[in-house]
Amino acid sequence: MEMGTISAAYIASAILFILSLAGLSNQETSRRGNWYGIIGMAIAVIATILNKSVDAYGWLILATLIGGAIGARLAAKVEMTQMPELVAILHSFVGMAAVLVGFASFFDPANTLTGTEATIHNVEVYLGILIGAVTFTGSVVAFGKLNGKIGSKPLLLPIRHQLNLGLLGLSILLGWWFLSVGHDGGTLPLIIMTLLAFAFGVHMVMAIGGADMPVVISMLNSYSGWAAAATGFMLSNDLLIVVGALVGSSGAILSYIMCRAMNRNFVSVIMGGFGTTASSDDGDQEQGEAIAIQAEEVAHLMGDASRVVIVPGYGMAVANAQHAVSDLTKQLRDKGVDVQFAIHPVAGRMPGHMNVLLAEANVPYDVVLEMDEINDELGDVDVVMVIGANDIVNPSAMENPNSPIAGMPVLEVWNAKTVIVSKRSMATGYAGVENPLFFRDNTRMLFGDAKDSVDGIKSSI
Amino acid sequence: MIISIPKESFKGEKRVALTPESAKHIQKLGHELRIQSGAGKLAEFSDADYKEAGVTVVKGNAIWGDTDVIMKVRGVSEEEATNISAGTTLISFFWPAQNEDLLKQLADKKINVIAMDCVPRLSRSQKMDALSSMANIGGYRAVVEAATQFGRFFTGQVTAAGKVPPAKVLVIGAGVAGLAAIGAAKSMGAIVRAFDTRLEAKEQVESLGGEFLVLEFEEDGSGDGGYAKTMSKEFIDAEMAMFAEQAKEVDIIITTALIPGKPAPELITKDMVESMKSGSVIVDLAAEQGGNCKLSKADKIVTYKGVKIIGYTDLPSRLATQSSQLYSTNLRHMLTDLTPEKDGQLVFDMEDDVTRCSTVAYEGEVVWPSEPPKLSAAPQAAPKPAPVVDPEPELSTAQKAKMTFGAMAAGLLALLGVGSVAPPEFMSHFTVFVLSCFIGYQVIWSVTPALHTPLMSVTNAISGIIVVGALLQISSTSGLVVFLAFIAVLIASINIAGGFLVTQRMLKMFNKG
Repeated sequence: MEMGTISAAYIASAILFILSLAGLSNQETSRRGNWYGIIGMAIAVIATILNKSVDAYGWLILATLIGGAIGARLAAKVEMTQMPELVAILHSFVGMAAVLVGFASFFDPANTLTGTEATIHNVEVYLGILIGAVTFTGSVVAFGKLNGKIGSKPLLLPIRHQLNLGLLGLSILLGWWFLSVGHDGGTLPLIIMTLLAFAFGVHMVMAIGGADMPVVISMLNSYSGWAAAATGFMLSNDLLIVVGALVGSSGAILSYIMCRAMNRNFVSVIMGGFGTTASSDDGDQEQGEAIAIQAEEVAHLMGDASRVVIVPGYGMAVANAQHAVSDLTKQLRDKGVDVQFAIHPVAGRMPGHMNVLLAEANVPYDVVLEMDEINDELGDVDVVMVIGANDIVNPSAMENPNSPIAGMPVLEVWNAKTVIVSKRSMATGYAGVENPLFFRDNTRMLFGDAKDSVDGIKSSI
Repeated sequence: MIISIPKESFKGEKRVALTPESAKHIQKLGHELRIQSGAGKLAEFSDADYKEAGVTVVKGNAIWGDTDVIMKVRGVSEEEATNISAGTTLISFFWPAQNEDLLKQLADKKINVIAMDCVPRLSRSQKMDALSSMANIGGYRAVVEAATQFGRFFTGQVTAAGKVPPAKVLVIGAGVAGLAAIGAAKSMGAIVRAFDTRLEAKEQVESLGGEFLVLEFEEDGSGDGGYAKTMSKEFIDAEMAMFAEQAKEVDIIITTALIPGKPAPELITKDMVESMKSGSVIVDLAAEQGGNCKLSKADKIVTYKGVKIIGYTDLPSRLATQSSQLYSTNLRHMLTDLTPEKDGQLVFDMEDDVTRCSTVAYEGEVVWPSEPPKLSAAPQAAPKPAPVVDPEPELSTAQKAKMTFGAMAAGLLALLGVGSVAPPEFMSHFTVFVLSCFIGYQVIWSVTPALHTPLMSVTNAISGIIVVGALLQISSTSGLVVFLAFIAVLIASINIAGGFLVTQRMLKMFNKG
C-alpha cells in the first residue's frame, strides 16, 4: 500500500475514534460509538500491516493472537466491581508499550536522522519513555491498591516533596547528558532515567489514598494518552498523535471533574495525603447519639413512602450489594413507590463506577441521576437510603468551614424527611472526618453488611 | 433480670407499659418478661398475644413479687407501693415534684425509681422521651375531641346545599402537642393559626401548614431543654391582647402552654370565652395543672355561654393502643441503655446524663432533682448559620478577560518560540497535536457522567493504537528491536481487545426502564 493511501486510512480511523468518543454522550448512541472505535482500530491496523516495510507477519500474527486472547479473556471474566482494577492494569500496558516502542525506536538501525532532527527525535524518545514508565508503575501500584494487594492507606514519606523534586531534577540532568552524548553513548542515561521514572511512578501513587483513586485513575488515563502522543511524535505518526491527544485530554478532563467534585486541588491530590495540612475538626463538639433502626422498620418506612432516593457509595461495591439493591428497587416500584438513585461524581473508585454497577444489576439508567440533577429535590423525598457512603453525604462540608472537606459539593440528603444510613459501623469515612449526619434527628442507622441489610429490608416488604 | 408489668390501677387508664412487639426486643436484651393477666386488654392486646411473644402471663397480685423490675405507665399508688419489695427497680411516669412523700417512702424501702417524665431533652434521649410521644398523641386527640364537640365541618366546602366556610383553629403553644394538633387540624382542612413565645417554633409551625402569629415584641422565650420560660409582664399583656382579638374570630382554641414545675399560665380569660361565637370549642391540654383557661375543669366538659371547654387529662389513654406502642418503645430504648452488655443485667451509669436525670431514687437515697445537663436542643451560641466557606475574592469579568488574554498571549509567544527553532515537519505534527487536544476537550465534555467508566475503558482500547508504532518496528533487522516490538504488539493487543470488549459488555447493560 502506498503512503498516500495509508495516510488516508489513518485520517478515516482518526475520525472514527473521535466519533467513538462522541457516541458516549448518551446511552442510546454509546454502543454505536464503540463500534466506530473498533472499526477505526481495524482500519488503522490493517493499513499499517499492508505497509511495504512490514514483512515479519509471523511474529506479528503470533503477538496479536496471544494479546487478543488475553484481552478477550480479561474482558469476559472481569466482575463489574473490579472495573477500576482492569482499567488500571490496561493503563499500565499502554505505559509499558510506550516504553518498549521508545527503546525500539532508539535502537532501530534504520534511524538515520542528523542535526536538529536527531536532537528533536531524541527528546521525543526521552519524553515518551519517561511518561510511559511513570504511567506503567503508577498504574501497577494503583491496580495493587484497588484489589487490596497493597494497602490503600497513603504512604507518606517524611521528605516526599524533596524526593519528587530530586527525581525531577535528576531526570532533567540525565536528559541533558543523554542529548549531549547523542545516539552512541545514550543507552546508559536512558536506562537510568527509565528506572528513576519507574520509581517515581511507584512513589507517586503510593502516596495517594483509596478514595482519591478516581482522580488517580483519570490522571493515569491522561498520562497513557500523553505517552501515546509522545510516541506519535517520535515515530512521526499523526494518527498516534491524534489518539494520544484525545485520550490525554479525556483523562485530564475526568481528573478535573473528579477534583472539582471533591473540592480539591489537583496538585494536592497528586502530592498525596488528605487534609494533612488542614486543621482538624473541633473534637470537643457534642455529637449526640445515633439512633439505630431495624431492617423491618426500614421496610415499613420505604413501603409507606411515595418517593425514595438511594445514595450508593463504595461500600455497596465492597459488599456486592448492587443486585440486592436492584431487587429492592423493583419491589418498591411495583408497589408504586418512586425510587431513584443519586450518584455523587466521586462515589466509588473510578468515574462512573456506580452507574456501571447499577447497570449491571439491571437498574434502568433513567432513574439513576447525577448529583446536580437531584440535589435540589431531596427536600421533597420521604426516605433517602445511603448505602456504604460517608464523606459524600457529610453536612460539615457545607456547614463547618474548618472541616477538612469544607466546600466539597455533597448530596444534601439531610433535607429529606428520613435518612437511613446503612453502614458497617460508626467509623469515619476516608477523610477521617466525623459525620454529623449520623446524629441528625431525622437520621436512622442501619448497622451491618450492606447486602445483608438490603436483603433484610427486601424480605420484610 | 425479671421484668414485670402489672395492670394499671388508675381509674380510666387504658394504656399498658408493654406491647407484644416490644417484648420481643426486650427479651433480646436478656431479660425475662412477666405480665399481669388482662393488663393489655383495654389497649387491645390479649393475653394470648403476649404468650405468643414469649411473655409469661401471671394472674392477680402475684405479679408484684419475685421480680427485679416493675414497668408501669402511671406511677404507683400508696397501696401498690407497699406491694413492691426492697431492691426492685420501678420504671414509670412518676412526677417526683408532686409525689415527694411517695418518693421518700420508696427510697426508704431501697426501691430504685426511674421516672420517665424526668428523661432530659437531649437529642440522644429522644427515643426514650415518653413525654414527647404522649404529648404528640395528646395533641392529635385534642383535635379529634374538638371535632366531636364542634357542630360543623373543619374543611370548607361548596356543596349543592350551600357554602361551608372552613373552621378556624388557634393553637397556643407549639411544643410537641401543639405541633401534633396543628398537623391534625390542618389535615382535616381547617385554617390553623398558632402562637408560641419561642421564636424558633415559627419554622416548625409553618412547615406543618399553620400560620404563625407574630407579636410585635422583641423577646424570645426559649428556655433550657427546649421548654419555654416565663415571659415579661409587657410581653404577656401584648400576648393577651392578641388572644382576645383572635378569640372573636376563631372557632376552636387548643391550648398547650405549660412551663415545667409551675402551674399552667392563664391565657384564656372569662371575657375571651364570652367573646367567642356560640358553638365554639376550647380544648385545654393543661387542665391537669390548673388549665390555660380559667373555666376549664380537669376531666370534664364545661359549657359556658354556648362555648364547650374540654378539660380531659387522659387524652393519650383515649388512644390506648397507639400510646401503649409508643410508650413501650420508649421503655424498650430506656432498657437498651440500661443493659449495655445485652446480658440481662441493669447498669446504673450515674455519669450518664440520661440515666442520672431520670433516676430519681437509687440505693435508698432520693437523687432528685439532679443537676440538669447543660445542653439545649438547639445550639444557642450560634444562631446564625455559619458561612459555608470563605468566598474566594471574586474576579470581575474584566479582570478575568485580562487574565485569559494574558494566558493566550503567553501561549502564543511560547508557540512562536518553539516554531522558530523546530523543523517544519515537527511543526506540522504539532499542529495536529494541538488541534486534537481541542477536539478532545470539546468531545469529552459532552460525555454523560454516567458513562465515565465506559469512556475510560474505550480510551484504554484506543490508546492501544500505539500498536501501530510497534507493528512498523517488528520487521526491523535488529533482533533486539524485533523482541521489544513483539512484546509491545502483544500488550497493546491486550489493550485493544480487552478495552473494546469490556466496553461492549458494559454498554449492553445500560437499559432504559
